[in-house]
Amino acid sequence: MNHRSGRSKWQDAYEESPAALSRGATQSGVDLDPVYGPDDAEFPGLFPYTRGIHPAMYRSKLWTMRMFAGFGTAPETNQRFRDIIAAGGTGISTAYDMPTLLGIDSDDPRAMGEVGRCGVAIDTIDDVADLYEGIDLAAITTSMTINAPAAPIFAMFVANAEAHGVQKSLLGGTLQNDILKEYQAQHEYVFPPRPSLRLVRDTMVFATHEMPRWHPLSISGYHIREAGSTAAQEVAFTLANGFAYVELARHGGLAVDSFAPKLSFFFNAHIDFFEEVAKYRCARRLWATWMRDFYGALDEHSWQLRFHAQTAGVSLTAQQPDNNHARTAIEALAAVLGGAQSLHTNSFDEAWTLPSSDAARIALRTQQVIAYETNVTEVADPLGGSWFVESLTDELQREAAQLLEEILEIGDGSMLEGCLIAIDNGWFEGHISDSAYAHERAVQRGERIIVGVNAFNDDAAASSPPNQIDGDGEMRQIERLTRVRRERNDDAVHRALDAVRTDALDADANLMTSFMEAARARATLGEIMDTLADVFGRYQMVPR
Amino acid sequence: MTLRVLVAKVGLDGHDRGVNVITRLLRDAGMEVIYTGLFQSPESVARSAVDEDVDVVGLSILSGAHMTLAPLVVSALREQGSTVPVVVGGIIPDSDVEGLYNAGVAATFGPGTSLEEIVSTLEHLTDSAQH
Repeated sequence: MNHRSGRSKWQDAYEESPAALSRGATQSGVDLDPVYGPDDAEFPGLFPYTRGIHPAMYRSKLWTMRMFAGFGTAPETNQRFRDIIAAGGTGISTAYDMPTLLGIDSDDPRAMGEVGRCGVAIDTIDDVADLYEGIDLAAITTSMTINAPAAPIFAMFVANAEAHGVQKSLLGGTLQNDILKEYQAQHEYVFPPRPSLRLVRDTMVFATHEMPRWHPLSISGYHIREAGSTAAQEVAFTLANGFAYVELARHGGLAVDSFAPKLSFFFNAHIDFFEEVAKYRCARRLWATWMRDFYGALDEHSWQLRFHAQTAGVSLTAQQPDNNHARTAIEALAAVLGGAQSLHTNSFDEAWTLPSSDAARIALRTQQVIAYETNVTEVADPLGGSWFVESLTDELQREAAQLLEEILEIGDGSMLEGCLIAIDNGWFEGHISDSAYAHERAVQRGERIIVGVNAFNDDAAASSPPNQIDGDGEMRQIERLTRVRRERNDDAVHRALDAVRTDALDADANLMTSFMEAARARATLGEIMDTLADVFGRYQMVPR
Repeated sequence: MTLRVLVAKVGLDGHDRGVNVITRLLRDAGMEVIYTGLFQSPESVARSAVDEDVDVVGLSILSGAHMTLAPLVVSALREQGSTVPVVVGGIIPDSDVEGLYNAGVAATFGPGTSLEEIVSTLEHLTDSAQH
């Protein structure tokens, strides 16, 4: 029996951690330990990871400052990526426009007015090449915030990297690929849930076998929270989806410890500061416990919940937009004190428009101030041991655990089936929509104060900053796509799409192979998605 | 007389927190509200408005495509012989408001608009439409 204290186990792990970057002292010279607490406390880097997944947390490695960007055409977004990297950003993340997110080509009549507006338009591998032009894909990690068409977009990304001489085994980054939350909250779905999950399975199997540095799934509570959920619902629904993907990958023939270390999460960083810190702490504890005890994972990396955070878009106000700087800074600090591995900070102008280059730079600078000036990186889980934060962690855990049990019961012991049934009968949406409604009523009645909106709002009317998106982007993208359609070999495209259709009909095939071939033949995203829709059908949500 | 409102999502914009909440708030305010669901075409919205004989059509657009989509809904309605007013809620920059009025939109509701303002505008619009 091992009776060593938490502290002594932590000490061993700490000494094996990557070299410290720290000063080990406050600004005024008071010495700082890497963590505080009684010897029998929970410690960071040890199960159940309430206090963080690394023994030395940010003393070993700062979080990745991963800025989310995308607008207009690929060359414009490429320039923004270069600006972010030049300004000290340490990761990039692509925002796609609505047509791309729904697998619709830019020259499709349904895309009219939407091309390049909420993100970058990607139709073919040529766009992917321009998007990453001059960016060393083996050196910087990239993230792709896309779901329904995640698999074909991922295939375009990998095929493009290979065409530029980068082996896929060297590629590091994240594919969001979390289709379950699309039906629950974000609503950028295309196919019905089950065939969509087959695409997730194929990407997980492909990445597990071929791309050891890749995270094929970023299980996302962000959108659930933005759609109006509470913090406990965000944790519960996100972890339920995570467990559903664990079951899915096992059905796909993968052993839990072969893929679970590559699962990653994406949470909101909202404005209720302590609740957010408690939320991350309880999410880590719940994930570790369930993965070990319910799913039988043996590798400690399978127990560790890694997460990216983004400050809350929904907390930004169109009124008095300068106030948003303060909101973003507070939210980002909550994510850091809660132990995030990666962070995007929103720009102050985003209640109105996609961020200007200047606004995006200030948002990045906000992270840099937290990382390099405030000294909060010196001590892991600095709020651990606070009676308040520990109680709040326990309470959120209790609420979330209750919801998890409920979903498991709906699925008769399967979280995957529970999620699918609860999507089908509107259970998730009902919960989220009730919370959103309660919030809005409180705002309308003045019970919840939003500075500049329902209080302190007499100084100026809302006035919008200039729109960042010029109306000609759509035309430029359609010209780009027309050129590809003219130049490519149509026979090769038809052959590749036939292979996609054949593989789609064979539930045992892995579609990534034919997606890569279609990408190389310069098939459009819309062509690939329409081919799949012929086989899989299209999903329609019942309005309630 | 109870006001009948069609709230609609046109185009590819899946953001529905706003439309879900406003649907419930308008029902609380005593209106009959019909919600189309996501991803509607301008023509299908116009058809629903005529079939349901509504007094006003409210579009919720947060994708930035309002300058393309809202005028298409107005003209689809007018082509079907309907004169019902169309209002737009969502993220609408100041510089676009006049263009929307010129395209026949009767009112716009930007971020943070109070429920009272929405309700009184809808009542006023439908009063003047009936006189």
